[in-house]
Amino acid sequence: MPEMRDIKTSKEAVEKAKSAQAKQARFGQDIALDSYAQSAESIDYQRDLSQLPQATKERMLEVGVVTDDKVERSGTIVQMDSSVIHSLTKQDDVEVMSTNQAMEKHGWLADYLWKAVSVDSDKYTAHVELHHSNGYFIRSLTGSKSVYPIQACLYLNKKNLAQTVHNIIIAEENSELHIITGCTSGGKNEPGLHLGVSEFYVKKGAKVSFTMIHNWDPQIAVRPRTGIIVEEGGVFISNYVIMKPVQSLQTNPVARCVGENAVVRFNSILVAQPGSSMDVGSQVILDAKGARTEIISRTITTGGTITARGYIEGNAPEVKGHLECRGLILGEKGIIHAIPELKGQIAGIDLSHEAAIGKIAEEEVEYLMMRGLTRDAATATIVRGFLRVDIEGLPDQLNQELRHAVEASEKDLM
Amino acid sequence: MSGIKENLMEIRGLVVAVGGKEILHGVNLNIHVGETHVLFGPNGSGKSTLLMTMMGSPRYHVTRGSIIFKGKDIVGLPIDERARMGIGMSVQRPPVVRGVKTRDMVAACVGSRQPEESVESMAARADMSDFLDRDINYGFSGGEVKRSELLQLLAQRPDLALLDEPESGVDLVNIALIGKLINDLLQKDHYLRDRNRSGLIITHTGHILEYVSARTGYVLMDGVVVCEGDPKEILETIKKKGYEECRKCAI
Ligand SMILES: Nc1ncnc2c1ncn2[C@@H]1O[C@H](COP(=O)(O)OP(=O)(O)OP(=O)(O)O)[C@@H](O)[C@H]1O
Ligand SMILES: [Mg+2]
Repeated sequence: MPEMRDIKTSKEAVEKAKSAQAKQARFGQDIALDSYAQSAESIDYQRDLSQLPQATKERMLEVGVVTDDKVERSGTIVQMDSSVIHSLTKQDDVEVMSTNQAMEKHGWLADYLWKAVSVDSDKYTAHVELHHSNGYFIRSLTGSKSVYPIQACLYLNKKNLAQTVHNIIIAEENSELHIITGCTSGGKNEPGLHLGVSEFYVKKGAKVSFTMIHNWDPQIAVRPRTGIIVEEGGVFISNYVIMKPVQSLQTNPVARCVGENAVVRFNSILVAQPGSSMDVGSQVILDAKGARTEIISRTITTGGTITARGYIEGNAPEVKGHLECRGLILGEKGIIHAIPELKGQIAGIDLSHEAAIGKIAEEEVEYLMMRGLTRDAATATIVRGFLRVDIEGLPDQLNQELRHAVEASEKDLM
Repeated sequence: MSGIKENLMEIRGLVVAVGGKEILHGVNLNIHVGETHVLFGPNGSGKSTLLMTMMGSPRYHVTRGSIIFKGKDIVGLPIDERARMGIGMSVQRPPVVRGVKTRDMVAACVGSRQPEESVESMAARADMSDFLDRDINYGFSGGEVKRSELLQLLAQRPDLALLDEPESGVDLVNIALIGKLINDLLQKDHYLRDRNRSGLIITHTGHILEYVSARTGYVLMDGVVVCEGDPKEILETIKKKGYEECRKCAI
């Protein structure tokens, strides 16, 4: 980790967190943290996830987390409220465990805490440090390749809980890691808050794909805080899908390409239903020669509000970045605000963006109707096409799973 | 006249307005089963308007007249119902639909019918195999758009094919392929008595007539049919004397 200079003690982190306790986030509506419960009863470890209640398993499956037949998963970790209730890895070159367990096992892990995300970013990162409950740790050892993805589930079950998690993901040199994370709540229309810090370290020549599906309830507020550091020749691919109601979601992950020819791709699919407010961005800082990025978002409102941000900064020669925000307004109400931003510091960089927001073009609907589709079928086909992002670099199986997850939620849109 | 079969499409006194402006001022047209007709006329004379109105685009308001297809007045019917009744159209400038593949469009055209030919085989015939998994019309060249439109119609098998400038922008080699596809579509290899498919083709250059036989030509000017006759004769007249000569022979 050449970019880590001063190794902070956790005492320092606590001090910093305390100083940021009242610091509002730059974006998104402010959340009164003290209106939520700060702790939850501990939940027993589940050796066999198939023993979970059927309704729980179904919620998990909706966000891509398989509980019954896990043949197509290399590992699994599940946190419910503040307890990690299951963790398992089938490969000895991939570590999967709770963050607390990992801290005990690896003394060096302290060096990775709060390096990709600053502990004093805002009151939410501070809160996670001060009320740290758990989180997951996933690490692929040097040169390892997982055959199937690792699945992680963060499940918010207790009414009115502020769930705090701190995840650390490390892909050691030349390893390849695919992760599916499903975040969900109990489907009970109760209030709750999810605060999730995720720090990714993609080492030299490593590749990480991170596919995250969110499925919350109409009274849940969500504040993920994510940082990614990509070293030379490393690849980081993020796919983020949220198509179900949420009260308020704000996130703005930052990826830093610190090594030459590092690559970062962010794909987001956001659907804001009536009552949902989302402010979702992706930021990529291209700090090393030849680093590249692509940020793609597809947003749909059926009555909710979406701010879709994108930010690319080019600080090194021969970097390349493209940002594409496309928004579709279905129905009469709903707001989409696309804010694509580019910043270049030197000559010889290539940054571009395109943004478009509109309703479904009548001409396209008529064209499909000429081929015999009803107006409704034509509209559905166009929406499906709009949400269809072919994701480069993702294994076929994952691409298919992602497509199925999106298609399963499309039906609610019509 | 002998050999004439029953009326497939009969347009009477059709007046059409687009965006509040009257474009067609009383058009009459008859197409019998198995016949192919050709529509000429200067830019902006209302040719595409006529076809889009026959297809049923709600942007084209029929303020007077009737469109009788298979004995039924279809004015007011939505596009998809007309498609299911047997009307198909190749669009002059079709839109790009992102994320919707050419394959999806062809599948929509086949619909719930038992397919007689695979999508791949039809695509091969239209030299469109490499386009099946591309977004429809996205980055297609002028000629590729035309072949893609015909591929979709081949899958749709309409009784009446409305072809809006199928050969414009097509190179000299590809025009032969376009001609062949239209002949397949219109069952030109069948004798007239066995032929059930009809067509209405818009053309400026008339090149397509070197490949596709047509019974009658019309000249549309300023929203009125000013001339009707043998398509090749009309084409010669337009070439030699321009459209104004056609207006003189107004019928
Ligand atoms: N929405 C609209 N509002 C007003 N005028 C329109 C509208 N759409 C089309 N028109 C006009 O209707 C007229 C007929 O157009 P149309 O497309 O039918 O012509 P065309 O004969 O097919 O021409 P071309 O040979 O150039 O394809 C044109 O003058 C056109 O500008
Ligand atoms: Mg036209």
